[in-house]
Amino acid sequence: MTDLKEKLLSSFIAFENQTNIDSYVHDIRSEAIKQFESIGFPTKKLENWKYTSLKKLLNNDYSVLPQLNNVLEFKDIRKYLIDDIDSYKIIFVDGKYCSHLSETTHEGMDICILSAALSQPKYELIIENYFNKIANDDGITSLNTAFSNEGAFVHIPKNKFVEKSIQIIHFSTGNESSLMFQPRNIIVVDENSQVQIIERHQSLSENKVFTNSVTEIYAEKKSIIDYYKIQNDNLQSSLIDNTYVNQERNSTFSMHTFSFGNELIRNNLNISQNGQFIETTIKGVTIIGEQQHVDHNTLINHNKPNCNSHQDYKGIYNNKSTGVFNGRVLVNKQAQKINAFQSNNNVLLSDKATINAKPQLEIYADDVKCSHGCTVGQLDKNALFYLKSRGIPQKEATALLMYGFANNILESVKIPEIKTRINHLIANKLGVKIGFNL
Amino acid sequence: MLKINNLHAKVEDKEILKGIDLDIKAGEIHAIMGPNGSGKSTLASVIAGKEEYEITKGEMLYNNNPIDELSAEERAHKGIFMSFQYPIEIPGVTITNFIKTAINETRKARGEEEMPANQMLKLLREKCSMLEIDRKFLSRSINDGFSGGEKKRNEIFQMAMLEPTLSILDETDSGLDIDALKIVASGVNKLKTKTNATVVITHYQRLLDYIIPDYVHVLFDGKIVKSGNKDLAIELEKKGYDWIKEEINN
Repeated sequence: MTDLKEKLLSSFIAFENQTNIDSYVHDIRSEAIKQFESIGFPTKKLENWKYTSLKKLLNNDYSVLPQLNNVLEFKDIRKYLIDDIDSYKIIFVDGKYCSHLSETTHEGMDICILSAALSQPKYELIIENYFNKIANDDGITSLNTAFSNEGAFVHIPKNKFVEKSIQIIHFSTGNESSLMFQPRNIIVVDENSQVQIIERHQSLSENKVFTNSVTEIYAEKKSIIDYYKIQNDNLQSSLIDNTYVNQERNSTFSMHTFSFGNELIRNNLNISQNGQFIETTIKGVTIIGEQQHVDHNTLINHNKPNCNSHQDYKGIYNNKSTGVFNGRVLVNKQAQKINAFQSNNNVLLSDKATINAKPQLEIYADDVKCSHGCTVGQLDKNALFYLKSRGIPQKEATALLMYGFANNILESVKIPEIKTRINHLIANKLGVKIGFNL
Repeated sequence: MLKINNLHAKVEDKEILKGIDLDIKAGEIHAIMGPNGSGKSTLASVIAGKEEYEITKGEMLYNNNPIDELSAEERAHKGIFMSFQYPIEIPGVTITNFIKTAINETRKARGEEEMPANQMLKLLREKCSMLEIDRKFLSRSINDGFSGGEKKRNEIFQMAMLEPTLSILDETDSGLDIDALKIVASGVNKLKTKTNATVVITHYQRLLDYIIPDYVHVLFDGKIVKSGNKDLAIELEKKGYDWIKEEINN
């Protein structure tokens, strides 16, 4: 079996031959593959990767340029959609765009796919302005950049309120026993526009799947973006999800990440505030067990004064699962009068579960309000007694308390159907029946 | 219904109950009064089955069966209910979800079918209007951000929904203004039948103007030192607890 890095390097030429090598992006890809060649995959020697090892994951013989073999129908994918809302859908199957399951638009805005944007002259300018402008040049992101050709492309021009949500779903089926995918999404929301996006990666087979995804999000002046990630894939799948967000003056960005599935998940969420009066909210719920591993690595970069950031991550870990929270808030010298809040609360349900929490505040300004808190604990005994005294047995009472603990994060979710869906996922995950809505 | 014989209980090596005798029959209302620290709340928690308390001597019989070894939920399934002095806040769980789970788990333990959703809904509405509770209250998280009065009303609401045979109201009047007190008391009175019993634990006589007890017991230093009818409560209110202390010392 060849080494995965070698395999990727040697596949690059074959990959480039499928694409247009006279394009602007060609040079970026060529640079990126060189960068990946020199840095390679991250190892635990890197401070940011201290608690997450990719060793086991990289040990599979992945098909790195999977072919599309299977045709899916709506009934196959329905349960992975939030199907009770009217939405745009950008659906990929084995890395290829699937038009008959999708609902895209070019009317007044572009909700479509990256391969189309890369190949059509009318998008040249926007690609030059936004493609790979904020993504890092670390090994894992560079690898994605080198192989970037397909994913969602969303461009909302000025003063548009996009009424329907956008669902971006990457499905994998595949006949090969191990598959690697590198989707690349670009979201550009111009001045005074508003959009809601739901993203999901879902395997439909028992094959090993390794997804290394990169999303660049540009929130221009006065824009509002709400982004939701549902990470509930099967235990054969692993996901490295790199998200880069650039916020301009008066913009509002929120990200909710729900991590329940997968063998391994690593979320790299980097947000840069580049104007005044910016609001940033990032929240996450992690509920895992078995030998699952979820790592949240976040960075909020406060570059300008008078901004807020609010960060709240909760985790419940059972069996031999491991969690990592590495949250860094960087307040630069000119970022006066900012308000940064960070909270990370964890519950360990088993002696063998582990959480490594590392909240970091780095403050170089002197007139700021920053707070952070991090807890690791067991259940509140008084609350447990309260529930039991009403006839709720120990196991159900424990589950109900856990449900309440996690459910609290959902208060800021703006799409009611997502709230309901996540409510049910949390309840199922914890073995609780939940009541009807009055 | 509940018979307590020479009950001793301790918490962390500190003996708090030092020989309690009580006999509560169906249809009766008992008031337990006493100064702070006399063991009133401990008695309530021991009956409800809080695990931190250890019974060192004596027994508790509920409908002639010992309950000392039963868990809190098993006691609840037998019809014992305690209204908490300090109800616990549980953010993220709505009152509806909580009460639905409580009712159905209790029915399950009794070998009954789950309550159909429409019947549950009807019951929730009925009890809300009985206790003058806005139905929006049902979709709020348990006690989260509630005022003192709302918390106590929520306790009585749960009692109304669960229809216990023995209710122990631990300092239900504390933190209530007079209007809230009247609503809570009228709820308790409406729930009163010939087949259930109520124990009202209180520091002040005020609540007993609205919930009229058949018996009043005075708890002092872990023992019941005096029992009587409702006139005893009035006497206590006038003379204070020092009078009892003096009587014991003599």
